[in-house]
Amino acid sequence: MNRYKLNKYLLLFVLLVLSSSSAFAQDDLLGSLGEEKAPREYTRNAFKSTRVITAQSMEQLSKGVLDFRILHRFGRVNSGAYEAYGFDQAVMRMALDYGITDRLTLGIGRSSNKKEIDGFIKYRPIWQSNDGWPLSVVITSGFVKDGMKWADPSRENYYSSRFSFFHQVLIGRKFSDAFSLQLMPTLVHRNLVLTEEDKNDIISIGVGTRLKLTNRLAITAEYFRHITDLPTGYYDPLSIGFDIETGGHVFQLHFTNSLGMNERSYLVGTEGQWSKGDIHFGFNISRVFTISKPKEFRKKKE
Amino acid sequence: MKKVFLFLTMVISLAANAQDKYLTRNAKVHFDATTSTSLEKMEGVNNQVISIFNTQTGQYEFSMQMQSFEFEKALMKDHFNENYVETTKFPKAVFKGAIQDVAKVNFAKDGKYAVVVKGTMDMHGVKKEISANGTLTISGGKVIASSTFKLLLSDFNVEVPKLVSDKIAKEATITVDAAYNKM
Repeated sequence: MNRYKLNKYLLLFVLLVLSSSSAFAQDDLLGSLGEEKAPREYTRNAFKSTRVITAQSMEQLSKGVLDFRILHRFGRVNSGAYEAYGFDQAVMRMALDYGITDRLTLGIGRSSNKKEIDGFIKYRPIWQSNDGWPLSVVITSGFVKDGMKWADPSRENYYSSRFSFFHQVLIGRKFSDAFSLQLMPTLVHRNLVLTEEDKNDIISIGVGTRLKLTNRLAITAEYFRHITDLPTGYYDPLSIGFDIETGGHVFQLHFTNSLGMNERSYLVGTEGQWSKGDIHFGFNISRVFTISKPKEFRKKKE
Repeated sequence: MKKVFLFLTMVISLAANAQDKYLTRNAKVHFDATTSTSLEKMEGVNNQVISIFNTQTGQYEFSMQMQSFEFEKALMKDHFNENYVETTKFPKAVFKGAIQDVAKVNFAKDGKYAVVVKGTMDMHGVKKEISANGTLTISGGKVIASSTFKLLLSDFNVEVPKLVSDKIAKEATITVDAAYNKM
């Protein structure tokens, strides 16, 4: 190898080294890593609260969150000035819901109406996400126990007669940040009914929706249509309301023809008719407490 | 001889490329926007931040998914994503800048250097020039970067409602901790 050739290779060497480092100098560094895949994001906040108004929403409590709920329904607004348009009477339900996991919630409640105690379990097998299912499916089942004294103590009364059960499937989708919609096929079974004509099983289908006006204010509505006949004198529940969110509280204000705040009482026990003005004003207050913190925040920082 | 020389040339030039860049996919970015009057800590942490830099040019970049920020309370995360940074509209925050005096840093030897990083922060649909002081610690082939700086929320169109202004500060303190490996 002569001297000229060696020089040529040296030159090539120097050029390659220089070009290789300078070629990268102007590069888009992050771009060189390739397209970054967005992590899976489960849809949250389809509804501000775990209830649309009275009915369960497709929303669940996060793991370790306790929700203390205070619900009021006042008397009928058409009851006149003497009753302060319903404000003199109120029924209430107090409840505690707890998020076991992000997909599983348990809850108990006590209603002053018929002294009912209710409990439910709510599980989300399918969860809407950015790269998975386009909708969520939530299943909820529960019981309602009537606490009133027996209407007729002289006859043989069974403890089981106090119970009603409900099973509900919520199929919902958060279409956009502002708009969510869910369907709610529901079965309510009452162990004891008033007359022979009344059915023990009542099937109905409901629809619930949320439309956000601002980040902290939303309009909500829910309606159930019976499929099997309701007992005489009872009607389908329709509610329209507002959700107002401030920090850890959600205030739900609404108008409804239903006095009931558990599944038995609003689905099978709604006595009011919108067309007659039998409308109740009501509110739900939800206050959440974080009982169990995510692991990153469990230890106090030094 | 010719071929060996050519091969050597290529290997050396490739090696030179790779050594230019340091990467991490789990840098930690922490922010704290707690006011002195707040009872709750308004802080979030993201442990999945991607960062890459070039030792030759000083080019320095960060990319983070806003939804990967974790919070003490689930509701804080919901509010952060939904009301403050609007994650569905602006899923990522990206910083692109440069280490100002990268030439003084000897990446081959263990040591500690104070550096200044300047560049553009792109977050919540707003691009803004920012500058931060930090340190680079070179230790056994790894580079550890840390920095603390402040960002005004209003600079990035993040609105704090009056109702919670006693809890959430106008300015957030950002802490960055990143351990890089050679690419």
